[in-house]
Amino acid sequence: MAALFLRRIVQAALILLGVAAITFLMLYALPADPAVLLAGRNATPQTVANIRHQLGLDQPLAVQFWHYLVDLVQGDLGRSFNQKTAVAPLIAARLPATLTLMAAGIAIEVVIGLTLGVVAALRRDGFVDRAVMTMSFVGVSTPQFLVALLLLYVFAATLGWFPMSGYGTAAHLVLPAFTLGILGAGWYARVVRSAMIDVLGQDYVRTANAKGLSAPRVVLRHALPNALLPVIAMIGIDIGQFMGGTVVVEAVYGWPGIGQLAWQAIQQVDIPIIMGVTLVSALAIVLGNLFADLVAPLIDPRIRTA
Amino acid sequence: MLKTFLRSTALAVAVAFAPAALVTGAGTMPAFAQSQGGDIVVTYKDDIATLDPAIGYDWQNWSIIKSLYSRLMDYTPGTPDLVPSLAESFTVAPDGLTYTFKLRKGVKFSNGREVVAGDVKYSIERAVDPKTQGPGGGFFGAIVGYDDLVGGTATGLAGIETPDADTVVFKLSRPDATFLHVLAINFASVVPKEAVEAAAGDFGKKPVGSGTFVLKEWVIGQKLVFARNPDYFEKGVPHIDGFTIEIGQEPLVALLRLQRGEVDIAGDGVPPAKFLEMSKSPEFEGMIVDGQQLHTGYVTLNTRIKPLDDVKVRQALNMAINKERIVRIVNGRATPANQPLPPLMPGYDKSYEGYAYDVGKAKALLAEAGYPDGFPTVLYSTNTDPQPRIAQAIQQDLAAVGVKAEIKALAQSNVIAAGGTEGEAPMIWSGGMAWIADFPDPSNFYGPILGCAGAVQGGWNWSWYCNEDLQKQAVAADSLSDPAKKAEREALWGKIFIDIMKDAPWIPIFNERRVVAKSKRMGGADNIYVDPTRVINYDAIFVKP
Amino acid sequence: MAAGSFLRGLLRRPTAVAGLLVIAAVVVAALFAPLLAPYAPDDQMFDGLSLEGAPLPPSAQFLLGTDTLGRDLLSRLVFGARTSLLIGLVANGTAVMIGLFVGVMAGYLGGFAGAALMRFTDLMTAFPALLLAIVLAALLKPSLWIVALVIAMVNWVQVARIAYTETRSLVERDFILAERAMGAGPARILGLHILPHLVPTAIVWGTLGIATTVLLEATLSFLGIGVQPPEPSWGNIVFESQSYFESAPWLVFFPGAAILATALAFNLVGDALRDLLDPTQRGRG
Repeated sequence: MAALFLRRIVQAALILLGVAAITFLMLYALPADPAVLLAGRNATPQTVANIRHQLGLDQPLAVQFWHYLVDLVQGDLGRSFNQKTAVAPLIAARLPATLTLMAAGIAIEVVIGLTLGVVAALRRDGFVDRAVMTMSFVGVSTPQFLVALLLLYVFAATLGWFPMSGYGTAAHLVLPAFTLGILGAGWYARVVRSAMIDVLGQDYVRTANAKGLSAPRVVLRHALPNALLPVIAMIGIDIGQFMGGTVVVEAVYGWPGIGQLAWQAIQQVDIPIIMGVTLVSALAIVLGNLFADLVAPLIDPRIRTA
Repeated sequence: MLKTFLRSTALAVAVAFAPAALVTGAGTMPAFAQSQGGDIVVTYKDDIATLDPAIGYDWQNWSIIKSLYSRLMDYTPGTPDLVPSLAESFTVAPDGLTYTFKLRKGVKFSNGREVVAGDVKYSIERAVDPKTQGPGGGFFGAIVGYDDLVGGTATGLAGIETPDADTVVFKLSRPDATFLHVLAINFASVVPKEAVEAAAGDFGKKPVGSGTFVLKEWVIGQKLVFARNPDYFEKGVPHIDGFTIEIGQEPLVALLRLQRGEVDIAGDGVPPAKFLEMSKSPEFEGMIVDGQQLHTGYVTLNTRIKPLDDVKVRQALNMAINKERIVRIVNGRATPANQPLPPLMPGYDKSYEGYAYDVGKAKALLAEAGYPDGFPTVLYSTNTDPQPRIAQAIQQDLAAVGVKAEIKALAQSNVIAAGGTEGEAPMIWSGGMAWIADFPDPSNFYGPILGCAGAVQGGWNWSWYCNEDLQKQAVAADSLSDPAKKAEREALWGKIFIDIMKDAPWIPIFNERRVVAKSKRMGGADNIYVDPTRVINYDAIFVKP
Repeated sequence: MAAGSFLRGLLRRPTAVAGLLVIAAVVVAALFAPLLAPYAPDDQMFDGLSLEGAPLPPSAQFLLGTDTLGRDLLSRLVFGARTSLLIGLVANGTAVMIGLFVGVMAGYLGGFAGAALMRFTDLMTAFPALLLAIVLAALLKPSLWIVALVIAMVNWVQVARIAYTETRSLVERDFILAERAMGAGPARILGLHILPHLVPTAIVWGTLGIATTVLLEATLSFLGIGVQPPEPSWGNIVFESQSYFESAPWLVFFPGAAILATALAFNLVGDALRDLLDPTQRGRG
């Protein structure tokens, strides 16, 4: 177990290094010069050259990347071109907002997904079952921005139940979290349903049923824990997805998370921030997968021995 | 003869420095009409990048920086009229090469230390020093020793002398009629050296100044809280006790919150869709400020790319654009333009009629130039709404005279890069990057964007237009630094811009007005919410009792 | 499976039939756009805006109303089908090609080269896909083809993984080992024995992937970094109209519905194909 853990950590570190290298190469190959933008409209070519020099952009690419890596190993993500301040605290200041949104979104997915999934499995081919199967596809076929604008239009602008945007209170969290959550919930339900159907057909559940245990008890004690396995794997994936994938939701709702930071940085070609957010998101994806891999054996002993 | 301007003659200065018609509003409002107190909430969509005056150069932080720091010169609120601020008085030598300022006594930074002449010298040197990576160094190019500091052979500016603690003397290498304006822009804000050094490169997040407000709290990505500076040197200023800037707020959302009384000023202005609704609804009466600003939106015609190198073609395109229709697309929040200068700018020529919209004439002129069937070209634009839509409207008008323009709607940095590369961008719609003046002087609309010096790699003269004869006239006009010759100088500049239009390197499209929404409890004249030099003038606004 | 029973299987599913109908409608709209659209999609009509410059609501003259430049929304939606379909086919086709190539090469070659290719695939899975697409689309000079390329670059990974697993399992089967022993070249083995087995995978992912692609294109265009104006795309119609979503909601919700219907149709049909072509997956998520 320890050896496996260690190997996964090393793998994760290598993947992050690779992500850093590719992102770096990609960003520096793009036809956008941050120095010109920073220098502003009154700049002389000399000012632009000076700024480029101060940022180290006039050095060979390999040298720049080496410097970046040396800093990165020490936990330094560099300094923002535009805000003239260290990138790490900028990201750290915005992480709580993204993590809150992510946690709330995943919670909504899990609660709705588990409920509908269990009901669908127990009433197979019933109305709920058919609805869940279709809705799961609607969820993955709907553009996030459409749901965001729709919820905003109905629940904030028209009904006025929730604030239009902002951050701070639970009321602010509701619409953005539901935008993230309801789209994924259908797929959770689908996965829970098929896992439940598998489990319900297995011998030990049949035995439990035969022993005369009540149906809710069978579901809660025996079937559900096994159906949780794929759910945990999906949570792991979502942790990664939401970290870099909330740009749209954060843009529509003015949510001060790292997606908003990234979107602003992209428009300003603020390369250190783009690099930083990409790395943090990649880290979340790697950790999310690691989480799924490591937690799964704790729930299902069969995986541990395998 | 030395001309001395004392603070007590502020009105005289105003009259001397600006057309009398512009001296209105808050500038002449008696001080007792404004009540003191109140905390207000202002919203913006984008994060405030930095509050370092040597670095900040976007329109959100521009007005905040104005209020956090003080400068030798400033403007009467709501007007383009210069007044001494941190300076008590100043003299200009007859040759226009020496400016001597006497500092106001007893002015303190918010860290408690008194402001001395050395701080002024340090602050301007810091703005020019390449190590600061600031965008504003070039404004100080007339000061003796500028080239040495920029080139790295000196660590300071030899042309700034501080004979005693409250005297600053500037020596210029050439007369610069805009020099007093230069001392009023944000980059000339006075900062204390010890605070800059203590912040260790993070001064933009830990600002210390001697302005009307101080930063109390900054929650990154969410809000900034400012409180009035009780020690500010002008009694009774500012009027509000403080303001909170909330960021990450979509303009539409900000307006709904404004309607509910949660917000006092929607900093990003009113989006077109909402503007129609609000201007019609009695509910919003007294909540909309619709003011002119020093802005011109234009299309650059690259004079070094065929067939735009032909002046007839450029004139024809000037006649092809239906500016009235474009103004309609932005819901009437702009006025059609016919020359580079905006109407508020000294030197604007009211009598000039420009190129009238005339498809027939445009076609005839194109045929005369050898393009009866038009030609294909490329029109660049930034990719944030509504710029691509305006570009499409221009595209349709061009198509009507046979010019088939392909649109490239790109990130702002890519458009700027294309504009500054010779032979790359035939036409650029300037929206979103358009010229809003740094200070209210016509020369600010020439040098970098229409002068020869800007027509270089990485420059902002995207027409690559260089008329040597007009360049000479421009230099001559800027040498008239004697304030008594102001009218003569403005007339010279006005003529230069009309002559430029004969060469037609631009299609001036419109002068955009700024529409700001404020809650009903906010008081003060409209022109301090759309202040020509500040956008929102936090020093002058007040909450009604 | 015979073609007849395959088709019967497909037609027995009401959701798949509905999906096929929507896809057929989109294809017809794309192919015959000039005939179907009542107006030219980029004609900014003088009477298409109110006097103050506001877009017009749906009426007899403009069935779905006009957009913020006075263009007919219905005509733009019909022409927008071309953009979505074209990007769906090109971007996703490219993604499936790249995925198949990488997956099959890694699976067939095995050893160091195979491992290296699959580690690279792992690396790509760790990339925040949406973020990557946004960065590329925003900072490259966008056009229809760049957008397609960007989408292909983030979408091939899944196909590569499946193709790799399937190829690995095929390569170790007896009949291929026997062919190899008899001296068959790699071209023969790949062409005759491996690729035909991957056709169902390619069809299934080719269909499902179009849904993802349509959504990704819409998202990029919604952020203003997708297809260049005045070319209509359902995403950039929403982008241009977003600030009007309160006063002119039809400008946001009609194109939104088009995106949803198209993506849903491809997902439903893709799912039905997966069930029919790959019985081991039947009934699973």
